[in-house]
Amino acid sequence: MRRLDPRLEQRLVKVLLWAMTLATVFVLLYIVLFILLRGLPVLSVSFLTENPHDMGKSGGIFPTIVGTLALTAMALLVAVPLGVGTAVYLTEYTWENRLTRVIRFGADCLAGIPSIIFGLFGFILFVLKLGFGWSILSGGLTLAFMVLPTIIRTSEEALRSVPRSYREVSTSLGSTKWQMVTRVVLPSALPGIVTGVILSVGRSIGETAAVIFTAGSSLRLPTSLFSSSRTMSVHFYILAREGISMPNAYGTAAVLVIAILAVNIITYRLMHRFIRKYS
Amino acid sequence: MTSLDRRESLVRAVLLLAAFSAVSVLAVITVFIFVEGTPIMFRRGVGQFLFGQDWFPGEGRFGLLPMIIGSVQVTLGALLIGVPFALACAVFLTEFSSPRLRRILKPVIELLAGIPSVVYGFIGVIVLVPFIRDNLGGPGFSVLTASIVLGIMILPTVISISIDALQALPPSYREGALAMGATRWQTVRMVLLPSARSGIVASIILGMGRAVGETMAVIMIAGNAASIPRSPLEPVRTLTSNIALEMSYASGEHREALFATGVILFIIIMVLNTVANLSSSRRGRERKG
Repeated sequence: MRRLDPRLEQRLVKVLLWAMTLATVFVLLYIVLFILLRGLPVLSVSFLTENPHDMGKSGGIFPTIVGTLALTAMALLVAVPLGVGTAVYLTEYTWENRLTRVIRFGADCLAGIPSIIFGLFGFILFVLKLGFGWSILSGGLTLAFMVLPTIIRTSEEALRSVPRSYREVSTSLGSTKWQMVTRVVLPSALPGIVTGVILSVGRSIGETAAVIFTAGSSLRLPTSLFSSSRTMSVHFYILAREGISMPNAYGTAAVLVIAILAVNIITYRLMHRFIRKYS
Repeated sequence: MTSLDRRESLVRAVLLLAAFSAVSVLAVITVFIFVEGTPIMFRRGVGQFLFGQDWFPGEGRFGLLPMIIGSVQVTLGALLIGVPFALACAVFLTEFSSPRLRRILKPVIELLAGIPSVVYGFIGVIVLVPFIRDNLGGPGFSVLTASIVLGIMILPTVISISIDALQALPPSYREGALAMGATRWQTVRMVLLPSARSGIVASIILGMGRAVGETMAVIMIAGNAASIPRSPLEPVRTLTSNIALEMSYASGEHREALFATGVILFIIIMVLNTVANLSSSRRGRERKG
């Protein structure tokens, strides 16, 4: 076979790569538009603020919004102090050694564990063994464990990108290490840390498998940490899978997608401002 | 000791405790899954779990082979469909597109990593299942459907990590090849892709982890029959769906068998994680050397 002229080959490949990229972006945008075009017409103030009727066949999704927010808040309450604490320890209080490698390896492995395994674990430990039942507490703790590696990773990167000179100035002014961390390093790294937190919010909102076995699927408005609660993604899953109401499924999905898009756009903005600040 | 010094050592102790949170959580999860899942495997014989073909929990038959094969099939299918497109995207955006286009498209693609898996599954049910049923035959809920949807779901992961791997290459590689008269495509094929190989491999393995671990989307589109599929158009059940489908009502040995499913899934994921870790740490060393 005669070899293709390299310039012709280059042109062909370029067209092929163009087409494949276009196809990829098209498919991904199609998914978002598909949901929004069908879901947006269903949305209204009453859809967001009313209780569902007949298992979600009619009415709104108010309790599932509250449930989603409560679970996410619970998860962050636990995961943010632990994650940021880990990152501060890794960057400010120690140097690279066997211990830090173990800690990082643990975080990396945890990040790769599928959500259904978190669900199984949360179900056995929180729901059964500790007797929390299907509740915001069980679901929130399970989600906290799930997002912990994300928060560690992003916080660590944020702390590392704070210039060394900031620390040196602070120490030379006679501050203790902790004063340096709380008054200089953490405030400078804040946008980066917030980025990780918001990413975790996105993950918590979209999670289904880990939540359905730990927080349950009650449609009642949660009243305490021990009430079972249904999140938006679980609600959407049940509506779609059991064919309860297609319009309401689309509506719920649209709220989910908009929430995720908002979360991601905020993250992106913050990250960019942060990167610009230190480069 | 002043009060400030005492506060310093207290802070250090508390932070050290926090630093162990991730490792401890990992340890606790591992212990719980194995304590709940392995006794039944040894009681009934590991062979029955790994190679048994019949999953009849009511009769005490717990063959997981169909689910293991199912997970492998949909994962390989997803890679087969997703990876070529993902790599094409990564190469196009780093080497052929204008910087402006890249600045717009990369965040758009990364944004889609956040779309909940139930949404992907739902679109699969509404769009893909009827399409495959009408045009290719079978029930529509199939290995092929699951592979396509999972292939799409791994795109953002594989694309964004591959882009990072390509962009991390020293500019001198690119400049050297171009200066010797290679076309852009020759540079990509002969210099850039081989040099970025370990990063790209890591991105594919991470995508693989996502495909193996995906649950809700697969339940919605794969049909979930617990038998070994004879063609890509037949329904399939994965390890993850096996757990999620039956967990809500399982008890006794049945529940233990679901945890045994979790044990197998856990081992697969850990192997993948370790390989990905090794691959990316080798990349770090390569660049230093």
